[in-house]
Amino acid sequence: MLFKLFITFLKIGLFTFGGGYAMIPLIKEEIVEKKKWISNDEMLEIIAIAESTPGPIAINMATYIGYKNRKILGSIFATLGVVLPSMVIIILISLIYNSFIQNQYVKYAFVGIKCAVAILILKAGINMIIKAEKKALFIILLVLTIILMLCIEIFSWSFSTIFIILIGGIIGIVCGSIKKAGKQE
Amino acid sequence: MIYVLLFLEFFKIGLFTFGGGYAMIPLIKETVLFHEWIAEAEFYDFIGLCEATPGPIAINMASFVGFTQAGVLGSIVATFGVVLPSFIIIVLVASILKKFLERKGVKNFFTGVKPVVIGLISATGLVLLFKALVYENIQVFNFNLVSFVIILVLIVILVLYRLIFKKKLNNIIFIALSAVLGILFSILI
Repeated sequence: MLFKLFITFLKIGLFTFGGGYAMIPLIKEEIVEKKKWISNDEMLEIIAIAESTPGPIAINMATYIGYKNRKILGSIFATLGVVLPSMVIIILISLIYNSFIQNQYVKYAFVGIKCAVAILILKAGINMIIKAEKKALFIILLVLTIILMLCIEIFSWSFSTIFIILIGGIIGIVCGSIKKAGKQE
Repeated sequence: MIYVLLFLEFFKIGLFTFGGGYAMIPLIKETVLFHEWIAEAEFYDFIGLCEATPGPIAINMASFVGFTQAGVLGSIVATFGVVLPSFIIIVLVASILKKFLERKGVKNFFTGVKPVVIGLISATGLVLLFKALVYENIQVFNFNLVSFVIILVLIVILVLYRLIFKKKLNNIIFIALSAVLGILFSILI
C-alpha cells in the first residue's frame, strides 16, 4: 500500500504541468474513480482545506490522501512521490542550464517565453478575481494590494510580502468581529 | 551556512503562501533578490521553464534556486524546506485539527488574505508585462517592439482558441508557441 501510494503520486507529479490546479482532474481520475481511496465529496473537501492552508495544492492533497490511508507514513510516501519527479527534472535542467541559456536562439526564445509568463500570471490573477465573491472588503483589499505592490516596484520600497499577507488576515479578523458586534446590538 | 539559510528561507516561503504556486512568485522573487541568489531577468526566464516542466511551480523554483546556490544537496534542502510547512499543517488538520479551519476567526483571517493574495498575483503579472515591454528598466522608458508584437499575437491566439475550441489552451503549448514567436520576431524585427 505504501508503495502504491508512492507510485500513484509519482505518476501524478510527473504528468502535471502548470501548477497545482492542473492536478485536480488527474487526482480525480486516479484516486477517486480508479483506486477509490477517497470519495468525490472528500476530494472537494480536501480542495477547500488545501485552499485555506499554506503551500502548493498538490502537496496538500498528497499529504492528506496519504494520511487518510496509512497515517503519517502514508503521507510521507505520497508527498515524496508527488515532489520527486519535479525535483529530479529541475536538477537535470539546472545541470545544463548555464550553457543552454547562452545560446542565441535560446535567448530569442526566452524573449517570447517572458511575454507568455506575464500573460499567464496576469490571467491567473484575473480569473481569480472573476471567480471570487466581490464584497466591499474584497475589492478594497484587492485594489490596495495592487497599488501597494506597484508602488513597491516603481519606488523600490522595501516591504515584505509576508507582512502584506498578514495585514490582510488581521483586517479580515477585525472586520469579521466588527460585523459580529454590529449584529449583536 | 548556505544549507541552513536555503532551508529556512524556503520554509518561510512554504509557510506564507496561500492559494497555490502563483502566489509564491512574489515571495520567492523577494527572497532570491534580497540574497542576490539569482538576477531578476533570470528569475522570470526560469518561471517560463517551470511552466513547461511538470510539477508545482513552488517545487520547481525551490529545486532550481537550491541548485544554483549549493548543487544537488542545496536543491534537496530547499525543496524539503518549501514542502515541510504544508506537510506538517495538513497532517495536523487531518489528525486533530479538523474543526480548526471551520472556526469563525480562521475563516475571517482567510477572507482578508484572499484578496491580498489575488492582488499580489495580479500586480506581479502587471509588472512583468510592463517589464517585457520596456526592457526591464522602469526608470528609462525604452520600448521593446518585439515583445509588444509577441504579446499581441499571444493574446489573439488565446482569444481565438477560446472562441473556436471552447476550452483553455494548454500552458505547455502556449509556452512552446511563445518560444517560437520569440525566435521568429527577434530575427524578423
